[in-house]
Amino acid sequence: MTKIRWSAAAVAALTLVLGFGTPPASAAGAHEGEQLYPVLTYRTGPYAPSGIPFLGGLQDYVRYVNEVQGGVNGVKIYTPECETAYSIERGIECYERFKHGYEGAPTAIFQPHSSGLDAALLDKAREDHVPVFGPGGGQAHAFEGRVFPYSFPLVLDYWSEASIVVKYIAERAGGLDKLKGVKIATLYHDSGYGRDTIEPLKILSEKYGFVDIQIPVPHPGEQQQTQWQQIKQANADWVFLRGWGVMNPVAIKTAARVGFPVDHIIGDIWSGSEDDTRPAGGVAKGYLAVSVFPPGTNYKILQEIKKYVIDTGKSDLKDTSKFGSVYYNFGVIEGILAVEAFRTGQAKFGHRPLNTEEGRWALEHLDLAPDRIEQIGATGLVSPIKVTWLDHVGGSSAKIQQWTGTEWKPLTDWIDGDRALFHDVLEQKALDYAKEKGIAPRTNEDALIN
Amino acid sequence: MQYFLTILLSGLLAGVMYAMVAIGFVLIYKASGVFNFAQGSMVLFAALTFVTLTEHGVPFWAAFLATVAVMIAGAVIIERLVLRPLADRSPLTLFMATLGLSFVIEGLAQLLMGTDVHQLDLGIDDLPLDIAGLQLSQFDLFASAVAIGLVVVLSVVFDRTRIGIALRAVADDVLAAQSIGIRLPVIWRIVWSVSGVVALIAGLLWGARQGVQFSLTMIVLKAMPVLIIGGFSSIAGAIVGGLLVGATESLADIYIGPLVNGAVSNWFAYILAVGFLLIRPSGLFGDRTIERV
Repeated sequence: MTKIRWSAAAVAALTLVLGFGTPPASAAGAHEGEQLYPVLTYRTGPYAPSGIPFLGGLQDYVRYVNEVQGGVNGVKIYTPECETAYSIERGIECYERFKHGYEGAPTAIFQPHSSGLDAALLDKAREDHVPVFGPGGGQAHAFEGRVFPYSFPLVLDYWSEASIVVKYIAERAGGLDKLKGVKIATLYHDSGYGRDTIEPLKILSEKYGFVDIQIPVPHPGEQQQTQWQQIKQANADWVFLRGWGVMNPVAIKTAARVGFPVDHIIGDIWSGSEDDTRPAGGVAKGYLAVSVFPPGTNYKILQEIKKYVIDTGKSDLKDTSKFGSVYYNFGVIEGILAVEAFRTGQAKFGHRPLNTEEGRWALEHLDLAPDRIEQIGATGLVSPIKVTWLDHVGGSSAKIQQWTGTEWKPLTDWIDGDRALFHDVLEQKALDYAKEKGIAPRTNEDALIN
Repeated sequence: MQYFLTILLSGLLAGVMYAMVAIGFVLIYKASGVFNFAQGSMVLFAALTFVTLTEHGVPFWAAFLATVAVMIAGAVIIERLVLRPLADRSPLTLFMATLGLSFVIEGLAQLLMGTDVHQLDLGIDDLPLDIAGLQLSQFDLFASAVAIGLVVVLSVVFDRTRIGIALRAVADDVLAAQSIGIRLPVIWRIVWSVSGVVALIAGLLWGARQGVQFSLTMIVLKAMPVLIIGGFSSIAGAIVGGLLVGATESLADIYIGPLVNGAVSNWFAYILAVGFLLIRPSGLFGDRTIERV
């Protein structure tokens, strides 16, 4: 190549860098007047099978709110995506990108979409004053709003989930007093998420007298023959399966291999989707799971989304057969919680985009009562919650569902978790955390924005 | 004792599954001295191709043969676009190329065939069989039979055929092999094709157990200690290494796990591998490098 050609190439490269390396001038404030709701995605990587329908539900609901309802009181919601492939490092980069707003739209709340990222942001988000909320994935002691003003493990924490599972087993046994001597094995993903139920189950076993057996499965859980032999050797009556991803179908198949009855396995909320049961084939029929994200399309809001988003070809889903699946509905529920938080905040601060302090206030006053859920068209889909500055979970109930071989069917109505039983322990953990980190617990006055 | 034997046996059978993946690595390492980091991605790609075809109504054997054809085509493309331009580079450069290749294959698999989790039914029950008081899975026994069959076929190919002898010649001394007329690109195409077929078989067995999904790529992590223990250049070593890893990690989970309040099998195999590196760096069956100074 001649010198002239090299120079031309260099100029072209420089033009490209200058042209595309910086955002267009209009982008800086392109979304002024809109509410930023950053969406961390995992459309690639090992957890994409759950990420894609989940994000489909979330984006479809927001599209419905924006296009059919005209936004939240006229304020459109802007949902730029940031792909994490479920990696904590990438998630933190996404957090840094969006924490102070983006393209003119302010951030009010932030959803990590990962238990690991939620834990990683616990201190950082507090320092940055960014409210982080993770339905079904947060840390139990973060319920304590005095110590964790910016963490919101809404809807269900894993401690309450453990008590719901024990309640259900008691119901099947004929009452809580019949639990004495019953052997409940918890097969858990050997991670922070998986280990989170060891302590509450110990408390529950001491109270009700059941035998608590804890068996870890190393990540990712593609081989579990040893663990299920342990369960068989221990003569367990029930198994509480706390898996994630590939661990779930392998658990169900391995249970069949050692002859453990599948209808005595109760999966946790991340072990109860179609992708957890279908790969296991026929042996999954009868498997049970905790559900805070009930599947199905027979909810008014789902029908509305179908009419205005799915049937008009505007869905985020490429494969619309995922509409109404567990993870799709999870996305819709997350969207409902976020939109209702914006609505709550706007009722106090005016019909405009909220900032992070206002977002925190909004989450601390989120009240999804049955009549409001009915108005949204989500009765049976969303459990009622009432968040306060002292209680950042707002309620803890779930259903038990069963896999029929082709779909999930709810077996129960909402079962309330025994939060009172754990309250003192969790409160103490939060206060210990505050002491360790030098955090002065908030008072009632601190919780208000004047 | 019965319990111990059950755990031991189930570990050994799990080890056979690890060995299936390790064999794919060995084939490529033997012929080119390259550690193929993309082997896990090839397992995913092959299994995903097969299951996508069967879901579209293609009969089992037709889907199998079509997938074999796809893997051979992939081997030819890899040889032409990746290996040939890097032919004179160091093994580390080639290793890095396979690292990049793994991302390309994973991306292509998801782009072309989606990210869904697929059920794969090979028609073999995965239910317990009682043999002499020990509960064994029919599927595990089938997988073991497949592994033995595969080892026999590969041994015959390597020891008794012209191609096999040519492969061994390349493995022994690339320059000497080329000087007697063995064409390196042809050898590479063959060995990557065979490795692709092994990836398909491993993908079908693992996919039948856990569903065909992205996490199939992660089974390479299980193959690493198997290779270190068995030796990178020995198919028999892959089998023995697989059995050792499977058995020891199962027993470690039962007897050591409770002492540390956690699962140990994911790292115990690596501890074992480090031990072998200290005592026998070339593994049980690997070629010892002797250099004259």
